[in-house]
Amino acid sequence: MSNSAIERAAAATPPNIARRVRGLSDRAIAWIFVAPSIFLLLAVNIFPLIWTIRLSFTNYRVNRPNAEVEWVGLRNYQRILTDEDIWETMQATAHFLFWTIALQVVIGFALAWLINKKFRGDNFWTTIIVLPMMLSPAVVGNFWTFLYQPQIGLFNYVVGFFSGTDPSSFSMIGEVSLAPWAIVIVDTWMWTPFVMLICLAGLRSIPTSIYEAAECDRASPWRQFWTITVPMVLPFLMLAVLFRGIENFKMFDLVVQLTGGGPGSTTELTSINLKREAFEKWRTGYASAYAIILFVTVFGLASIYVKALNKVKER
Amino acid sequence: MSDFSVIAASKTQKWVAGILVVAYAVITLLPLLWIIATGFKSPSDAIAYPPKVLFEPTLEGYVNLFTTRTRQTAEYLAAHPPQTWYEEIVRKYDMVIAGPSRFGGRFMNSVIIGFVSTFLSVFLGTLAAYAFSRFRIPLKDDLMFFILSTRMMPPIAVAIPIFLMFRALGLSDTHAGMILLYTAVNLSLAVWLLKGFIDEIPREYEEAALIDGYTRFQAFYKVVLPQAATGIASTAIFCLIFAWNEYAFAVLLTSGTAQTAPPFIPTIIGVGGQDWPAVAAGATIFLLPVVVFTILLRKHLLRGITFGAVRK
Repeated sequence: MSNSAIERAAAATPPNIARRVRGLSDRAIAWIFVAPSIFLLLAVNIFPLIWTIRLSFTNYRVNRPNAEVEWVGLRNYQRILTDEDIWETMQATAHFLFWTIALQVVIGFALAWLINKKFRGDNFWTTIIVLPMMLSPAVVGNFWTFLYQPQIGLFNYVVGFFSGTDPSSFSMIGEVSLAPWAIVIVDTWMWTPFVMLICLAGLRSIPTSIYEAAECDRASPWRQFWTITVPMVLPFLMLAVLFRGIENFKMFDLVVQLTGGGPGSTTELTSINLKREAFEKWRTGYASAYAIILFVTVFGLASIYVKALNKVKER
Repeated sequence: MSDFSVIAASKTQKWVAGILVVAYAVITLLPLLWIIATGFKSPSDAIAYPPKVLFEPTLEGYVNLFTTRTRQTAEYLAAHPPQTWYEEIVRKYDMVIAGPSRFGGRFMNSVIIGFVSTFLSVFLGTLAAYAFSRFRIPLKDDLMFFILSTRMMPPIAVAIPIFLMFRALGLSDTHAGMILLYTAVNLSLAVWLLKGFIDEIPREYEEAALIDGYTRFQAFYKVVLPQAATGIASTAIFCLIFAWNEYAFAVLLTSGTAQTAPPFIPTIIGVGGQDWPAVAAGATIFLLPVVVFTILLRKHLLRGITFGAVRK
């Protein structure tokens, strides 16, 4: 054996040195293991981010490669922040965010609370309820346009059947007053199970001894709910809201397939608006500034929120 | 627990809870059942009013999904009698099958890009997660947060420079480009989830192996990897589902060769608008694997969707 000398040396030396002789040091392994991931993320995330920042100060347009690229300073940013259309887009996004999160929290918590009563078959039904959130939003969103068809759609038929209105008298995705709700309904259908699962984990983490102690003190069920259940689940609920907030701020696939931002621009959420600017009007520099503003907004809001979340956890 | 327990729900409460939850589950399942049913309807049944719950099942949607068809003259049809059952189906509309549709290719693109990118991100993610879990790495928390933060950017915002980069490198509409992109996007999820799983494996196992004369590397693949197998498998399924469902990058960066199924399915059109039975057939085939995976994953579901933040 050619390496017997090494092995003998290894056996003769104390363990620490022996390990180094027989293989790479821990520190070398650590770097070899981490480096490819960091490198890939730098190449595919950070490098493009820096490029976007650079583009955001120019008037570059992808569809005019020969035009002279001018340095325009902060003009793109200034135009975006004073643009009325973009504020409308922000309002549409805020409406979408507020109602999806409110509905998902209420329904999701209620479902988790009911499932936690531990009836027979609860695991099976939980798995069934979870299914929508795992599916492709684009494919499912596209099919919902079929369910929303004025006369032949299942949604309109069911609503018409229970409310007595004519199913062909309203169009969820064609009317300015209904379209913002059409996207809220589908998102809630899809993502309520997410909030439910997190709440369920929260409810199951509460030790029964707390309730037993409360029972000894003759606390009413109502009081137990508000002083034990709600505060103990709150950190979980806030985490769910954080995830839904970030995800829905980025929302693109589901809504673009459902309404495409229409009718007019009533459901044009920021990501859809950004896609228009960047890939339809090809205002690359302007869209880059827009992207940076969105990123800073998500990042800033998320950081503030995480601080609040940590405070709740500490209590 | 007995009915007299102060904590457990009473029998009536359980019944009421059960009924409400089952009612919600049934309502939430309706759109999905409707997709499956529409796939087996004829085009006229699919758009019937009132919506048909009972109908005569047909494979027309599936045939239309996988084929392209052309209309032919009566003489031609008389001269060429249908050879197979699927040719017979399209004959009803005086059509013949002209060739395969693009769905098969798009579906295979989803499979190739999904599986290769999943393998790569789980491979890189396992290495990084092990290092983050076991070694002292300077700025460890900052690096972990950096990895997570890459997931906060809206895909459309990242897509602008990626679009330019891919064009410069010749990666637009290629499998390699999409695999690279999905690997990077999934890497943050893989590292965070796997670090959680590896943290749960006691260090003592490796230390024992090291004392027995294993090198650090041997200890990693002979002791840690087998212990982490379940965690690695569920991480892989989460990555696969993400790559499978992804739409924003796919629609902006691919158009033909490397286009995956999600941007393709909504573009299936027939006479006068979308061919809903064919769309539903495509959706059924495309969504079914995810349903199976979700059922397999149900124990680790919560962990996967929260990046390991909630472990139950």
